[in-house]
Amino acid sequence: MEPFVKVQGIVAPLPRANVDTDQIIPKQFLKRIERTGFGEFLFFDWRYLDDGKTPNPEFELNHPGYHSAKILITERNFGCGSSREHAPWALSQYGFRSIIAPSFADIFYNNCFKNGMLPVVLPEKTVEELIRRAEESPGYSLTVDLEVKKVYDQHGWEMSFEVDESRRERLLKGLDDIGISLRYESDITAFEARRPAFLDRQIAQHH
Amino acid sequence: MPKTIFQKVWDAHVVHEEPGEPALIYIDLHLIHEVTSPQAFEGLRLAGRKVRRPDLTFATMDHNVPTTSRSLPIADPISRQQMDTLTANCREFGITLYDLHSPRQGIVHVIGPELGLTQPGRTIVCGDSHTSTHGAFGALAFGIGTSEVEHVLATQTLPQKRSRNMAIEVTGSLPPGVTAKDVVLAIIGKIGTAGATGYVVEYRGSVIESLTMEGRMTVCNMSIEAGARAGLVSPDDKTFDYIKGRPFAPQGQDWEKALEYWHSLRTDDGAVFDRTVTIEGETLAPHVTWGTNPGHVVPVTGSVPDPDSFDDEIERRAVEQALSYMGLEPNTPMQDLPLDVVFIGSCTNGRIEDLRSAARIAQGYRVKSGVQALVVPGSTAVKEQAEREGLDRVFTDAGFEWRESGCSMCLAMNPDVLQPGQRCASTSNRNFEGRQGKGGRTHLVSPEMAAAAAIEGHLVDVRTWDVKGSI
Ligand code: SF4
Repeated sequence: MEPFVKVQGIVAPLPRANVDTDQIIPKQFLKRIERTGFGEFLFFDWRYLDDGKTPNPEFELNHPGYHSAKILITERNFGCGSSREHAPWALSQYGFRSIIAPSFADIFYNNCFKNGMLPVVLPEKTVEELIRRAEESPGYSLTVDLEVKKVYDQHGWEMSFEVDESRRERLLKGLDDIGISLRYESDITAFEARRPAFLDRQIAQHH
Repeated sequence: MPKTIFQKVWDAHVVHEEPGEPALIYIDLHLIHEVTSPQAFEGLRLAGRKVRRPDLTFATMDHNVPTTSRSLPIADPISRQQMDTLTANCREFGITLYDLHSPRQGIVHVIGPELGLTQPGRTIVCGDSHTSTHGAFGALAFGIGTSEVEHVLATQTLPQKRSRNMAIEVTGSLPPGVTAKDVVLAIIGKIGTAGATGYVVEYRGSVIESLTMEGRMTVCNMSIEAGARAGLVSPDDKTFDYIKGRPFAPQGQDWEKALEYWHSLRTDDGAVFDRTVTIEGETLAPHVTWGTNPGHVVPVTGSVPDPDSFDDEIERRAVEQALSYMGLEPNTPMQDLPLDVVFIGSCTNGRIEDLRSAARIAQGYRVKSGVQALVVPGSTAVKEQAEREGLDRVFTDAGFEWRESGCSMCLAMNPDVLQPGQRCASTSNRNFEGRQGKGGRTHLVSPEMAAAAAIEGHLVDVRTWDVKGSI
């Protein structure tokens, strides 16, 4: 996994609350069996007009000022809905490395870390202010620094954020969760030996 | 120290724990389906890893399967490729698969309980957010992403932070015509779509105890729509009776041992919850959503809200966006909205009891002309059971379409899709923009409400329905 230490980039504003994973990546694109190629379908139903080809000029991310954005800033409960990891895949393959919001849905938040993307929780008032800045001056950029747990701009504004320490470690180093868990393989084997036999017996008979 | 059922199940599954780190917890049952698994298997192959416990892993096909006749080839080549990939992966890694032609095929959250795989005290995961359904049996069940699917395949464990614990208590009893679906819609309306984020919810109180297993599954199913990590109900005799004799239920001495363990899975008196929410059953009515998330809900006798009645600026904007998407004017009575499509099915309300309830309303009536009404059983076994009971005839006589099982119009990945602007009363769980098709407008309701709506061509209050049938 790509480590995340510090990312500086243009901020794209998406002033909508409760953006769900069906919006982030509509289901017609979930049929791929690969892990790549989702970026072009990000926010598909919002991004394109009904013909599915013409960019919708009303949609925030289609503004030329946000084209190379690396940071998405949006409102509360971002990523609610389904567990599809295609949502963080689409966001990261589109080019986002960090998402700032007042709150995130649980599974989505978790999925971001597995894909080298950092979700940052900031207070609602701050988010509103940052959205305003990004809207007023497209090209406004921020730095998200995981090492020092701070977000800052080039004009002296900065704010700290909280992140679970073990998640931070894993992301800073780009560690693979499976590799870490397999260090405890002997614990897993020992646990399996103490599980009550009835848990597996009927299943075994059926196989 | 007194413990909640969540704490008991959690503690029984900790494999390894260190301060400041997530705990490594053991997974007793892993369910997989065609959409969220291909990349996980690919990851295993790339890393040269095996599936640790293929015997605790079960697969089915549900999300993008067609619901027209199973004898036809699958028209969509990409859907077919996804199903073929699952077949190949299950063969390669030795995993049991209930494919399209298996009598055990069905929506993953319908077949787990049906086969007796879902049992109290188990940890159950699936790459699907509605895995919370299995919590109805007192299991700790939650949805995971594809990276975690790969993690469970490789290690049969997951690193997890212990969630906080919430009690949602539904007291008293339900008035006639009010169902489990209405209970959970009312809960989400009350606490909001992020109201339970970070929590495992235990549903309790006399209303929950009085629900059937199907009803409890409906409630637990929608936990995720309130943001919860999982939802569960303490198991009781109803739970044990439901499981007994199912294909994967413990037998003989094992049954006795299991039962003894299961009886211990109740929240102890004096156990402490981080938060408690109480709802009085008597105050509930049939509910229906008006907007674009499940928290946008009112009693069926209510009206579309006025954005100006919301104090919170962000909420007001969200309501305006929702009304514009839904094509609704503020203050329109919900029962005045004309419908184009009715969908009865999904892992929320696609079980045999749901179909019985809908058939009871539909019997002796005809679907309003111009309305397309679909009944999609949650599993092949549900379909066969319904046919044995003659429910298929009740539906087809009334002008409903009777389909093969699958997720169908719950997420419209298969050919069952709303057209832009179409308005649908649906027994599924999500009314997000475009969920049932781009531009489609979803109103979530109970199976009874959906059946009545199909017949009248608009939403109606089932409490006033003249039941003609004998079901
Ligand atoms: S029925 Fe709907 S919610 Fe349930 S598993 Fe299928 S797509 Fe998901």
